[in-house]
Amino acid sequence: MTRYSVFSLVRHALRGHRHWPQALPDVSPSERYDVVIVGAGGHGLAAAYYLARKHGITNVAVIDKGWLGGGNVARNTTIVRSNYFHPARRAFTEHALKLWEGLSQELNYNVMFSQRGIINLAHSSGQIDELARRGNAMSVSGVVTELLSVEQIRERVPLLDTSPDARFPIKGGMIQHRAGTARHDAVAWGYARAAAKLGVHIIQNCEVTGIARSNGKVVGVETSRGKIGAARVALAAAGGSSRLAEMVGLRLPLENHLLQACVTEPVKPVLDSVVTHGVHNFYISQTDKGELVLGGDLDGYNNSTSVGDLPPLEAMVRTCLTLFPSLGQLRLMRSWGGVVDMSMDGSPILSKTSVDGLYINAGWCYGGFKATPAAGDVLAELIATDRTPELAKPFTLDRFASGRVVAEEGHGPRPWMYH
Amino acid sequence: MLRIPCPYCGERNYTEFTYGGDANQARPANPATVSDTEWEAFLYRRGNPAGEHIEYWQHSFGCRQWLKVVRDTVTHDIVSMGGHGMEGGEKA
Ligand SMILES: Cc1cc2nc3c(=O)[nH]c(=O)nc-3n(C[C@H](O)[C@H](O)[C@H](O)COP(=O)(O)OP(=O)(O)OC[C@H]3O[C@@H](n4cnc5c(N)ncnc54)[C@H](O)[C@@H]3O)c2cc1C
Ligand SMILES: [Zn+2]
Repeated sequence: MTRYSVFSLVRHALRGHRHWPQALPDVSPSERYDVVIVGAGGHGLAAAYYLARKHGITNVAVIDKGWLGGGNVARNTTIVRSNYFHPARRAFTEHALKLWEGLSQELNYNVMFSQRGIINLAHSSGQIDELARRGNAMSVSGVVTELLSVEQIRERVPLLDTSPDARFPIKGGMIQHRAGTARHDAVAWGYARAAAKLGVHIIQNCEVTGIARSNGKVVGVETSRGKIGAARVALAAAGGSSRLAEMVGLRLPLENHLLQACVTEPVKPVLDSVVTHGVHNFYISQTDKGELVLGGDLDGYNNSTSVGDLPPLEAMVRTCLTLFPSLGQLRLMRSWGGVVDMSMDGSPILSKTSVDGLYINAGWCYGGFKATPAAGDVLAELIATDRTPELAKPFTLDRFASGRVVAEEGHGPRPWMYH
Repeated sequence: MLRIPCPYCGERNYTEFTYGGDANQARPANPATVSDTEWEAFLYRRGNPAGEHIEYWQHSFGCRQWLKVVRDTVTHDIVSMGGHGMEGGEKA
């Protein structure tokens, strides 16, 4: 595989960009691997990369039933942040953020990580207190945030309706400067190429239909393209997790729900930070192409398809227009949905299972993109060492029996209420 | 738009209802005597089917009854309805 550089770019530009080699080799599955990872989303690909790079385990396959970037890795609204209140969530996403900061160099692939800052809006003094509490908790562990006055918000985001007679008057906000966005499909391709370069096989259009065991230990997977042997198998299948775990008789604390997003037509730069509005759970940013990306709430009932209902989309647009009235001039270009694996406490599961050699990374709800590098790093360590890494300890599967749940928002076992 | 046929009010948009989640889980008769694992199975573990799902909905902006609905999570067809104090919901 060629290394991308300014020289390769110039060389190919002079030849009219007609001779770029295929970005990723097509491979057929081998008979057996040391490790098989199910799911070539961001998490599975990152895990394969770190397995090869940090642990020297290169006889690895990442298997996906669809195509590279067909899952949530390239359906999300690309927000990357570490502004969590819960220490375990914060430590995990902060580890990710540090990896994001060097990721384009590390992968030799421009993931366009843009630390444009994320602004959480507050609409009441109670909400300001809550942001201050969260900000203080973050600062204690060295994650810097800053409270913003209405004037500071107006200066940073002139398009926001900051007038006192707005439908939802803005009283203040909080910013995490190091947060931002990344180009999501580049994350999939970047990790895939970097892993493949180290010898990892990335196998698309290959559905895992069974998990083979012998004496309570994993020995491989059955797929639509035949049996593949493996001493260790990791599930990183997002919305496919429950079905896969069922194959070994394991019932997970997960439900599939649907999250939608949409983009407007592209315009010149008008918004240079991510803005979130917790009251109606709305978030917006502008892509480098100029489209405004709008995100909102779950559809609200269990859904196993990626086709959403209209009311959540309408709510998203309505909230957008109350906050940014001038965006009413724009047209929506596309909307889409993704099946998200919502967990019972809103936090992920990164764990060994009752089956020897079977590991699981799931339940990332609709916040797993930001965690991608760390989820890959931690899952790789879990697979390589068969020991639960420090950052994964709060997220093991047994927390639901012991009652040690990790709920950033305390909604109880109602997954459609979490974010 | 998902439409739910309330047995008392007729077929309405789902936006009139509040979702109550999975109704497959039977609450253990005597929570004081069950093991942590049994309690966890009731509270947290889910079948999460791609297909028929028994679930609770409350008709918040209508009769306010809690209903047990069997809905397909792929086609969103309502397979059967039971009303009144979460009774019924058995497949027709
Ligand atoms: C609309 C939307 C907006 C979001 N916004 C954000 C955001 O702003 N910030 C953020 O941090 N997160 C966000 N998320 C969440 C984030 O996208 C996910 O948590 C994350 O991408 C999940 O990890 P992944 O990339 O590995 O998953 P995926 O890309 O979904 O990968 C899982 C893969 O497993 C494969 N698979 C499943 N079953 C099988 C099987 N049986 N055999 C083989 N392969 C299988 C699938 O085909 C899929 O490719 C959003 C999600 C959605 C849907
Ligand atoms: Zn009714």
